[in-house]
Amino acid sequence: MIWRVEIRQRQGIFDSLGEGIQKSIQELGLSGIEKVEVTLVYNLEGDLAEKDIKKVCEELLADKVTHHFFYTTNLNPPASQENKNLHIIEIAYNPGVMDPVETSTIKGINDLGIKGTQSVRTAKNYRLYGRIPDSELNLIVDKILSNKLIQHRVNPDASQKTLAITTSETKFTLIVVNLIEANDKELTELSKKGQLFLNLNEMKTIQRYFKKLGRNPTDCELETIAQTWSEHCYHKTFRSTISYKYTEGGKKKSRIIKNLFKSTIVKATKDIDPSWCVSIFHDNAGVIKFDNDDHVCFKVETHNHPSALEPFGGANTGMGGVIRDILGTGLGAKPICSTDIFCFAPPNMSFDDLPPGTLHPLRIMKGVVSGVRDYGNKMGIPTVNGAILFDHRFVGNPLVYCGNVGLIPKDKVIKKVKKGDLVVVVGGRTGRDGIHGATFSSGELTTESEVVSSGAVQIGNPIEEKKVLDALLQARDKNLYSAITDCGAGGLSSAVGEMGKDLGARVNLEKVPLKYKGLNYTEIWISESQERMVLSVPTKSIDQLLEVFADENVEATVIGEFTGTGRLELFYNDTQVCDLDMAFLHDGIPQVTKQAEWHEPKLKSPRIPQANDLAEKLLEVLSHYNVCSKEWVIRQYDHEVQGGGVIKPLVGVNCDGPSDASVIRPKLNSLKGLAVSNGINFRYGMIDPFWMAASCIDEAIRQIIAVGGNVERIAILDNFCWGNPDKPDRLGSLVRCAEGCYKAAVGYGVPFISGKDSLYNEYTEGSESIAIPGTILISALGIIDNVEKTITMDFKKAGNLIYVIGQTFDELGGSIYLDTFDFVGTTVPKVDTKRGLKTFAVLHKVCQSGLIQAMHDCSEGGLAVALAEMAFAGGLGVKADLKNVPYKDKDKRDDTILFSESNSRFIVEVAPKDQKKFETMMKGVVFGLIGRIETTPEFLVHGLNDQVCLKTNIMDLKEAWQKPLRF
Amino acid sequence: MVNEKDKVMAKQPKVIILRTAGTNCNEETAFAFKSCGAAVDQVHINKLLDGEVNLKDYHILAIPGGFSYGDDIESGRILANELRLKLGEPLSKFIGEGKLIIGICNGFQVLVRSGILPGALNELEEKNYAFTQKVTLTNNDSAKFEDRWIHLKVSGNSVWTQGVKDIVYFPVAHGEGKFVVKDEMILKRLKDNGQIVFRYVAASGHASQYPDNPNGSMENIAGITDRTGRILGLMPHPERHFLFTQHPFWTRLENKTKLGDGAKIFQNGVDYVKQHLLKDKSTLVASVLS
Repeated sequence: MIWRVEIRQRQGIFDSLGEGIQKSIQELGLSGIEKVEVTLVYNLEGDLAEKDIKKVCEELLADKVTHHFFYTTNLNPPASQENKNLHIIEIAYNPGVMDPVETSTIKGINDLGIKGTQSVRTAKNYRLYGRIPDSELNLIVDKILSNKLIQHRVNPDASQKTLAITTSETKFTLIVVNLIEANDKELTELSKKGQLFLNLNEMKTIQRYFKKLGRNPTDCELETIAQTWSEHCYHKTFRSTISYKYTEGGKKKSRIIKNLFKSTIVKATKDIDPSWCVSIFHDNAGVIKFDNDDHVCFKVETHNHPSALEPFGGANTGMGGVIRDILGTGLGAKPICSTDIFCFAPPNMSFDDLPPGTLHPLRIMKGVVSGVRDYGNKMGIPTVNGAILFDHRFVGNPLVYCGNVGLIPKDKVIKKVKKGDLVVVVGGRTGRDGIHGATFSSGELTTESEVVSSGAVQIGNPIEEKKVLDALLQARDKNLYSAITDCGAGGLSSAVGEMGKDLGARVNLEKVPLKYKGLNYTEIWISESQERMVLSVPTKSIDQLLEVFADENVEATVIGEFTGTGRLELFYNDTQVCDLDMAFLHDGIPQVTKQAEWHEPKLKSPRIPQANDLAEKLLEVLSHYNVCSKEWVIRQYDHEVQGGGVIKPLVGVNCDGPSDASVIRPKLNSLKGLAVSNGINFRYGMIDPFWMAASCIDEAIRQIIAVGGNVERIAILDNFCWGNPDKPDRLGSLVRCAEGCYKAAVGYGVPFISGKDSLYNEYTEGSESIAIPGTILISALGIIDNVEKTITMDFKKAGNLIYVIGQTFDELGGSIYLDTFDFVGTTVPKVDTKRGLKTFAVLHKVCQSGLIQAMHDCSEGGLAVALAEMAFAGGLGVKADLKNVPYKDKDKRDDTILFSESNSRFIVEVAPKDQKKFETMMKGVVFGLIGRIETTPEFLVHGLNDQVCLKTNIMDLKEAWQKPLRF
Repeated sequence: MVNEKDKVMAKQPKVIILRTAGTNCNEETAFAFKSCGAAVDQVHINKLLDGEVNLKDYHILAIPGGFSYGDDIESGRILANELRLKLGEPLSKFIGEGKLIIGICNGFQVLVRSGILPGALNELEEKNYAFTQKVTLTNNDSAKFEDRWIHLKVSGNSVWTQGVKDIVYFPVAHGEGKFVVKDEMILKRLKDNGQIVFRYVAASGHASQYPDNPNGSMENIAGITDRTGRILGLMPHPERHFLFTQHPFWTRLENKTKLGDGAKIFQNGVDYVKQHLLKDKSTLVASVLS
């Protein structure tokens, strides 16, 4: 029997959900809807009498104060009443899409002592009041209420017989692919049809392997190879040979790069050779020393492709994935904070400008933020740092970077699978979710991606992962397993394949716990269902391990063994479905030579008239989407759970100023801390990716310096998001960027400890291909010896002195200021690491001696924005003089000095009594005393000609900065 | 084994921090109680259900923040039902023996939905008290989760708030924190009994609106107790303002004390146990983190 239960708000109880939806409808530009009511629907199937349902409603589903409930055996939602201007729309998840509420509800019903519930499906019923044409109603359904990849509108007339997913047990048939006799055309076709994303050369290599064996591969073998060799898992581009042509100083040059990753990123760390790096590049995350007992590890991942299609689910599982990276580092680390960086198209983009098949950027942004919020908050991991940037070229390919930091005991860093260990899968069950995620993210998106790849979209279950975390750390501390890997892209195939690389593994696929019947062996093997980890467990510990997981209600199942044969052997019941040589699987991929070219772009040197009113200009720059306040986002994240927050993302007298790096103390009984920051600016890359990389490294470091950090204890991560690297110009700029990474990292002695790349971020629409601007994200992690000596950016006290530290140049290229004139410019900010290093080192010393009251780095918007932010965050005014800003270039203008984005610069507040001591300590570093903090809210700047060039007040500045993204 | 436990109980206040799927503020809550001199166990509800651990071996029950069971259906609902239906008897006994309970954020939601708070509102109800829900914490008016620092005015007469400053500064971090009562009578009783102990206010101490009242709570109510003042529930997080470096602008403060506004609340709980349940006058008012 199936019951339909409706839960509604009581009269007089404010329906905030309905109110929120009405607001979204208005934002869509539709005005016909006067009121929205949201009803929660639970469909319950099982042996349930009416008295049972009544009890379930009264004691579980409905709140006694705010709700009333209805139940019926008529499963159809009520029909719309057009004459009364009432439109009723019901949205439910598609079969197979994870809805954690369903399992919780069954548990809740069982707790009431009512047994016999078989399935639960939930839905949301929306009652929209108002006169509105069908076309607009459909728009609301599509744009606000549902995403057709995971949800559908419930047809009021459909009759449902059962709620259970009606996939039946499929009869087992072994699928063999006719590969060895295929010609080139057929090979290409096979790769395309099977969504393998393998090129012809790779297909031929596989063909040769099986020809030698004298047999055809099974579908499962082919899928395993495709997944292992995918760009996502193997990073073919960074490991390939590159023939690089470029111009330097007007001369054409060329050279061969053997392995871009090893010759830039890895080489930087090798050249620096820091003693405090513990594990770099070979595990899930990079590990560095923290204190006498623990190390810390750091990883940032991208989840761009899934987020483009289903923003909530994409970001949600992106977050879940990077947390599992940390759980799977060494023998498992405890996640202590997150960082999230996004790039979207501008939120005010017109619907008419959207390419077909893409979602509106505002919807993507809201979905992505909700996805991160949901996962991070529910896992109890504070999201302490982030950035959001905007550019119209991200319209088809938003960038979603999710990062996580973990704490790991010193003796838990090394993992080693041992022969005879059992393969144990723990956590969530396996369903059909996310099939082909790894290979899908290794290709370009098209207008059809929405339809073809919908299996790659899924939603996470953070509570399942939290349970895994709780159980896992207990098992780790009891030494119950010898190795661990997360199930990410490629699922079990990737995890078991990776762990069994040296020894070989045998897995019985029918033992894997499934969400529902009907998955065939290959689907089980490559499914990317979330919240799963694979452990290698010595037989002697297995009973104890299973008990630890059972105690936390987490499923743990033995599915195979690490054998020592060097082969990957998969069985479904008694039939072998895969028998591959691990050596071929991991090392058999053919090396390719890729073509790359980089030439300086032909950009105009803009000649802009200096605006009469620089105050207007400053307000405009502060309101730029890339500069303005992201408070609306930050507040939705729990950035304080675990209690470790020392410098929060929002600081100042009203807790609304933008801090530089965030600082946490992961152990509340210790003063040792961590600073987390990021550097990202794709606009510089439009001029020169080399200097983009150097500037991003500089920015990430100086944010940590600005809170009092030490440049000698900073580690960084690289995350490249680029277009299609098979196109020589895209690859050329990638090479140039990687070289900038090497140069700046070595110059600053700041090592890379981990990284990731996401390529093929292009959107093909007909014959046109939109590539994202090549974007590098540098994430930095600094060790802070004493958190009580850290400082914040808000001005503290009227009468204190304001200094500019570092040299300003005419470097407006790529600046926000030029963007307000629609120019990119040419004079990209450069980095002088020798001078920068000296500045960073001296500032750290001065901080430690307590002479600095406030410090802020100059980044987007330059000195003017930094000064304004410090003033309104502290609620204090400013009087400053540009004459005293150390400036070194020909074109000396007020606007250049104010808005140039030269690197390695800071603004610092010093008490007058400390002036002498401060200036003595700063010897050898360029600085200028430019003004004073005032009690009045006036923001007054004198120009080079001694006249006032900028006059406004901190209220207006703050309003301009807060307004654009205040939803 | 039992003897050992009894021995510890005789000397040191014992706190049980209840954990289940989705609990996540247990570590910092444990840190707060430990720093005040308590012995703390973080216990999964499974251990209470299977009898491996007993409530009677503790003086204070703390239900920390988080998203128990994902807050599916309604925040705290499933854990509240588990407590009410499966642990009702030991809980009634625990309360009857004059022991203490604190529920923070999700813990407050659990206390409210299980009917442990506000509890009996008069003597008549007290006689045969059955756990039934009278008030609720529902979706914020803003319809979203928000993390922000808020000021609270302290009133009423609870063991947990003795000697706490008039106005304290804590963060809230929730999406379902709007306090609503079932009817006016209940609100009147809560007031008359002095059960309203925390109200959202502006920094000045005056009644205010959003964002000072972050969720639209009735009468700005942020925290309540039972009639005895021994059971406290509040949406804001005192354990997140235990150390002064947790203050959102500690770098601006002249007097940098070592402790934040929340420390006194945990100290009160521990001291009350020493004084009233352990009758140990010698170690009264241990200084936190000394």
